[in-house]
Order: sequence, then structure tokens, then C-alpha cells
Amino acid sequence: MIEVSHLTKRYGGHTAVSDLTFTIEPGQIYGFLGPNGAGKSTTMNIITGCLGATQGEVKVNGYDVQDHPMEAKACIGYLPEIPPLYTDMTAGEYLRFVLQAKGVKRKDWDAQLRMVMDKTRLHDVKDRLIANLSKGYRQRVGIAQALLGNPQVIILDEPTVGLDPAQIIEIRELIRSLGKDHTIVLSSHILSEVQAVCDHIMIIAHGRLIASDTAENLTGLMKGGARLVLLVKATDQQVRGALWGMEGVEHAEYAAGEDGTTCVTLTARNGEDLRETLFFRFAELGLPILEMRRDRATLEDVFLELTQADDAGDAAEKPDEKQGGQEVEGA
Amino acid sequence: MMAIYQKELNSYFKGMMGYLFTAFVLIFAGIYTMAYNLSGMYARFEYVLDAISFIYLIGVPILTMRSFAEERRQKTDQLLYALPVSMSAVVMGKYLAMVTVLAVPVAIMGLYPLILSQFGAVSLPTAYGALLAFFMLGACLLSVGLFISSMTENQVASAVLTLVAVLLLFFMGSLAEFVSGEAAASLMALCALVLVFAVILYVFSKNPIVAFAVAIAGMGALIGSYAFDSAAFEGLFASIMAQLSVFDRFYGFIGGVFDLTAIVYYVSMIAVFLFLTVQAMEKRRWSE
Repeated sequence: MIEVSHLTKRYGGHTAVSDLTFTIEPGQIYGFLGPNGAGKSTTMNIITGCLGATQGEVKVNGYDVQDHPMEAKACIGYLPEIPPLYTDMTAGEYLRFVLQAKGVKRKDWDAQLRMVMDKTRLHDVKDRLIANLSKGYRQRVGIAQALLGNPQVIILDEPTVGLDPAQIIEIRELIRSLGKDHTIVLSSHILSEVQAVCDHIMIIAHGRLIASDTAENLTGLMKGGARLVLLVKATDQQVRGALWGMEGVEHAEYAAGEDGTTCVTLTARNGEDLRETLFFRFAELGLPILEMRRDRATLEDVFLELTQADDAGDAAEKPDEKQGGQEVEGA
Repeated sequence: MMAIYQKELNSYFKGMMGYLFTAFVLIFAGIYTMAYNLSGMYARFEYVLDAISFIYLIGVPILTMRSFAEERRQKTDQLLYALPVSMSAVVMGKYLAMVTVLAVPVAIMGLYPLILSQFGAVSLPTAYGALLAFFMLGACLLSVGLFISSMTENQVASAVLTLVAVLLLFFMGSLAEFVSGEAAASLMALCALVLVFAVILYVFSKNPIVAFAVAIAGMGALIGSYAFDSAAFEGLFASIMAQLSVFDRFYGFIGGVFDLTAIVYYVSMIAVFLFLTVQAMEKRRWSE
């Protein structure tokens, strides 16, 4: 659907995007994740033809964005970071203008408008000036604008930024429902959001793609895998004694808890499940386990690890079996 | 293109800019028609057009300052880039909307000679010839204003720069006459012009070598031809400026001459500035 190959964008001496290569397959929700200034918006602007690339090419449905902009742009609906709204128009007028500019036939206007306004729930405000709409509604008008003409791909740049929590949930639900009929690419610097909405996550830092996979696989990438956290009613010494020489424990960290308890964080070798063994071992010694939980690596950990590894300039190697097309970049 | 055209036209007449411009032109047209034709009893409407040509100093910035500068400030230009519409269609749509707004007061002024002819013999061909030239002059200045708006990010800067540009064009012919008619003075003035052009080239291209080469080549050619035939340089600067001045071309029509070359000149100027506007907008995609 969208093929990006060796995309590079330089602003003067600053490289915003460097040798980016990825493919967007139809029918999925993709999330661009990265800290501010990572090159997410730049990449999206290049895909949608708003910016020219220094090197590399972008193909949308086989059409090169530079050489055949009309055909390529017709397949894409784009909502930039700041919704491009003419504040002196009403929402309805604005959407009609976009319909006309996108070259939709006049007889299809009403059907399209109704469909888009149903999806984004804009019927109540269609006669109000955009200048008088709240931020949430403006965002919805922006999304409605992207949906007009029924493009195959919808690209949303930070669609929930600056909205209140209720609006964020609403927009996320909208995006999920749109994902049924469209391929969606969205960007965000909020991890939970990408995790909640996207099927496939691409982590970008310093203009490079450092990981591209599903959310589950990405958390699985975390070194060491699952960790166990135990709260035991015993002293530090007793816990150390209990764990002494136990098979399968790779690493343990101890911390004193309240009221004579000790908190241990265990890392199992090869991701082995140690919970039963631990239960019986502590039971045998008469040390009550007050709490035992698995502490899975969150996407946040993966994100920090990957972006920091990238900062340090390490060449991290994380082979990917499932996608086969993962890009791992060393500095 | 139609979408952009209709949207722009709507925004001129839903806001006050369209009415402001129309009223502004008609007030001055009314005052001078009153003074020249009704009180002064001149039978020529051209004199009114001649007298009110200065309104373009204010009128053109009013119409052009918003067009691209405001799009850029509000970040709506991203929509224009993302829509499946070519940049030339966008520029054309915006330009035609401006020209349409200009056509409103011009069409109303078209009634004045007819009304005047009820009370005496009015030379209608020269009146309408001059009105057409007045309209073309305005259309030409609008293309300059549109180009300036495409290079600026806020309305005020756009308006001030357009005012300065129109002002220079307005006084270009008369200012050039201050340069002495001697051949050496003409040479120096032309060399200065080449230098200014080279500096502008440098500012936009950021390429010192090209700008320097243009300056050297231009001045070399001038000095070379001066050495070859210095007599040809006598009064050359003033006459070149007069040829280039968009306002001077218009004054010919006031004298009752229907000058087809002037119309061709206006159309070419419009084409050049619209082309430059498209290029300025395309350039932004590469250097933003």
C-alpha cells in the first residue's frame, strides 16, 4: 500500500529523517512512536506530499508521490498536527470545500457528508463557524476532512494532542472504528495510546526506525523477559537463604519492605516459570509469601531501552522472525 | 481550481475585505467623477481613472495581503499541499478570485460613462479603453501582491511589502527621470540595477557563486557595450524604466491611445508573477 524506501530529509545541516525504509500493509492500524523531534511529522509530511524528500522515494499504491502526486494524494486522507481549518467557514462549508477540491462528484456529496458526519458525530455543529468550535470538535472536523473522498489510507499526525481525557477516549474509539475500513497510520509520543489503538508499532528516534513490530512482540523483545516480584514476610537474610542455590534464578534484587517484610525481584533464566517452585520452597521454610506477581516489561521499558541504546550509539541487534522486515539500525 | 476560487471569493465577500475594497475604489471614483465630470464639466472619463490610479497603492495590499500569508500562519497551507490539487490550480484559483473582486467596482464604474453621456458627448471608446487598461493595471499589480504574499508569513509584512512594491512601480517612471540623461550616468544607474538584482538573487537562492557571476556578467556586458557605443546609453536608463513601468503604460490610454503592446505587457507580467508564485509555493515544500 505504502512503500517508503531509503527516505532521508535534511534541513540545512540537520538531518530530520535518515534512511527510513518500511512498508505499510492494508487493513492495519500503524503507530509511529517516538519522542518529540524524532522525525514523525516530517515522515508523514513526506508521505502525503507536503514536503519533498532529500533522498529516497515514497510509493502509494505504486504511484510515486513526487512523480504522480495527484494519483498518490487521492489515495490518502491526511490530518496534520495542527488541523488545517479555515476558521471563517462553518464546518459544513469547510467539508463541502474539501469535497470539491478532492474532486468528488457533486451527486455523491450529500451521501459522503452524511457518512463522514455520522462517523465523527458532527451533525450538531455543522452550521457553526469553525472559529467557535472547541478543540475536540475541531479535531473531529479535521478527521472528517481526511475521511472525505473515502481514501484507502488515513494518516493522522498526533490526533489526540491537546484534548481532554474524555475527548481522547472518544477519538481513540473513532480511530479504532475507522480501522475496520481503512488503513490507518497515526503518530504519537504517548506510549499507552499507541499500545491501545495500534496493531503495529514503529519506533522512531533521531530520524531512524529502530523497531517495527506488534506491541506483544515488542514487549517480548525486552531483555530477560518476565520478572517476578515477591513480597515475603521474612528478613533479608532469610529470603537470601531460601533462594540460595535455587535452580533457574538468574538474578535477584532485594529491598526491605514495611513491617519486617522483604521485596525480591527475580529474573528467571530462559523465561522459566518459577512460581510453583518458589511457593513450595518458601512454604517449606515457613516464610509466608504475601504477594507474588509477574512484572512484564512494559512498552515503556522497551521504548526507553531502544531509544537510549540508540542515543548511546550502540548497535542493538534484535532479529525479528514474524515480520521479517524489521529495520534495526546501529549508529 | 473551482473549489479554491469559490472558497476565496466567498471569504472575500463573507468577511469585509471585498466590500471594503469595492467601497474604497467607488468612493474615490465618485469623488473624482464629481469633481472632473460633473463640476469641472470635462467630457472625458479617462481623467478620473488617471486621477484614481493611486488607489491601487492601498487597494492591492488589501486584497492580496491575506491570500497565502494567512494560509501559512494558520497552517492551512498543509491542506493545500495535501489535497490532490496542483499548486498552479491553487494559485490560479486564488488569483482569479482577486481579479473577480477587482472586477466588481470596475463593472460599476463602467456605468459612469453611460450616465455621463446622457448629459453630453462623451468619448465612449476612449473611456472604455482606459477602463480596460485600468482593470489590467490592477490585475497586474494583484499578481505582484499575490507573489509577495506567497513569500511572507504574516499579513502585515505582506501588506507593507506590497505597498512598497506598488509605490516603487508608481514612482518608477518619474524617479528615473531624475537620473541625468548623460551616457555615463545611465551606465552607472544600470550597473546599480544589476547589483540590486544580484543581491535579490543571492537572498533567494543562497548561492553566492551564481549571484556573483550574474553581477559580473551583467556589469561586464554593460561596460562592454558602453565602450563599443557610448552614445546609445544617452537617456537609456529613463527610457528603459519608462518601458518597464506598469503605470506609465496605463497613462498612454489616458491620452486616448489604445496601446495593444501595453495589454500584452500586462498579460506577460501577470504570467511571470503567477509563475513565480507557484515556484515560491513549491520551493517551500523543499526548504520548510
